Amino acid sequence: MDAAEAAPEASAPGTGADPAPTAPAPTVVVDAVDIVYRVHGAGPALARGAATPALGRILRRRGGADAGVRTVHAVRGVTFTALRGEAVGLVGTNGSGKSTLLKAIAGLLPVERGHVYTDGRPSLLGVNAALMNDLTGERNVRLGCLAMGMSPEQIQERGPGIVDFSGIDDKGDFSTLPMRTYSSGMAARLRFSIGAAMDHDVLLIDEALATGDRAFQQRSQARIRALRERAGTVFLVSHNNKSIRDTCDRVLWLEHGKLRLDGPTAEVMKEYERFTGGKS
Amino acid sequence: MTLALDKPPRAETTAEAAAESVTESAADLAARHGLTVSGARPSLPAYVRELWQRRHFVTAFATAKLTAQYSQAKLGQLWQVMTPLLNAAVYYFIFGVLMNTKHDVPDYVPFLVTGVFVFTFTQQSALAGTRAVSGSLGLVRALHFPRAALPISYCLQQLQQLLFSLCALLAILLCFGVPPALSWLLAPPALALQFVFNAGLALVLARLGARTPDIAQLMPFVLRTWMYASGVMWSIDKVLADRDLPHAVTVLLEANPAAVYIDLMRFALIDSFTADRLPPHVWAWATGWALLAGAGGFLYFWKAEETYGRG
Repeated sequence: MDAAEAAPEASAPGTGADPAPTAPAPTVVVDAVDIVYRVHGAGPALARGAATPALGRILRRRGGADAGVRTVHAVRGVTFTALRGEAVGLVGTNGSGKSTLLKAIAGLLPVERGHVYTDGRPSLLGVNAALMNDLTGERNVRLGCLAMGMSPEQIQERGPGIVDFSGIDDKGDFSTLPMRTYSSGMAARLRFSIGAAMDHDVLLIDEALATGDRAFQQRSQARIRALRERAGTVFLVSHNNKSIRDTCDRVLWLEHGKLRLDGPTAEVMKEYERFTGGKS
Repeated sequence: MTLALDKPPRAETTAEAAAESVTESAADLAARHGLTVSGARPSLPAYVRELWQRRHFVTAFATAKLTAQYSQAKLGQLWQVMTPLLNAAVYYFIFGVLMNTKHDVPDYVPFLVTGVFVFTFTQQSALAGTRAVSGSLGLVRALHFPRAALPISYCLQQLQQLLFSLCALLAILLCFGVPPALSWLLAPPALALQFVFNAGLALVLARLGARTPDIAQLMPFVLRTWMYASGVMWSIDKVLADRDLPHAVTVLLEANPAAVYIDLMRFALIDSFTADRLPPHVWAWATGWALLAGAGGFLYFWKAEETYGRG
């Protein structure tokens, strides 16, 4: 892409932040962050599989070079500051490091170099990993809410609302059946509903809008907007360019782990769509 | 209007940074607005407080794991009792009938079954602890909670499993004519001490297993060796009486935490297992092991809190 150098004063990050007379406080400061994954047992194809080379690698490891481990450099030198009240979209092709960056902001992945400073504790929207397919929907609501840090009293209060919002009981009493009996859409709706039941200071959303049928998508977009109003800052990772346009006023474009563009939604999305070849 | 970034810019170029100071470093900016490093390790008191706040999650996660275990089976939760009973039956057939150990020990079936159940508790806690963090990377990478909740929760699941087994054990005791006695009340404190020991052990293994997943492959062999050395199927004092072993080995076998907890449970539940068959200072050993493993394991696990989740 054409690297048009813009003057710093011209790079107002969002239309929402401009008119405020006092500059809004930053909620997330990402400073030259590098994130590296280490993958065990994935050496070069020739060395993998046989026991003798594996043993050799273990012995060589004492020498310092870790030959049995490959590294994946997922995010390289990303720097930006997000302000209170902003909704920041993260776009990029598959494997460009969007979700990894989101997890680092949440403090769930350690960074290799650089720093991530945040106001309070950012939360990733999504409880998929805490839920168990063999449990009923009701018990998963309880488990997911506890995993997010709700108290039993809060769950008592909000639990029925979560089930109602997901709409899984619309076609029969599914909340008392194990989650493995759900259709994939139903399960996704329940997961979103549980995740969206908490209020967050800094909210991180990873592809959450693309779940469920059309009616549910509209309901979840409304919920995201409500969450956004209560939250300080929202980050959204999505491949759905429309939901990025609808939700965000600033977009970061990552490619190969590097920050390629950072600016207002309309401009970055125009460049991004040109790069990916049409509206996806 | 668009800012193109080909190399990471050192100076902040967003609006407010530009408005206030272009040269201010990110660290100063963060400090001025009271931002903190994301994912930093909390202090020990804060960590304990966070863990206490998540106590409902710890118990709910343990119960959920336990229920999910047999939810696909036709007999369902009946397996909670059937599995330990079948386990004990296999050991009885091999060691009691084929190898004829039962003539050395009075009340052999209660003796064996108690040993098997109590050791299984420690064994499974250690196994689950090894995989507690490395096997739940999805959870660790998705949600904030003190990671110590995972190994502790897995130990709690094993404790619940043991309580099911103990129901079966009580039935066996009564069937084999062991009368109920006041000494049965000693079982809960012994179990509590064993649980603290197991949790500490699981915390240590969870940290090791998170860094080196290979430990999980090694653990079954270590645990099997430990089982044979802990007098699960035979009486250690009978074996020691015949042999002229060095004093150090005798002390080591008697101080073995698994053997200590097994002996305490046998002493509590079986009337023919009298106090003179207990090694000296057995309650002191049991408490000491629990405190050492519990506190040491917790500290050791907390020290690496911020590194869990790295691939």
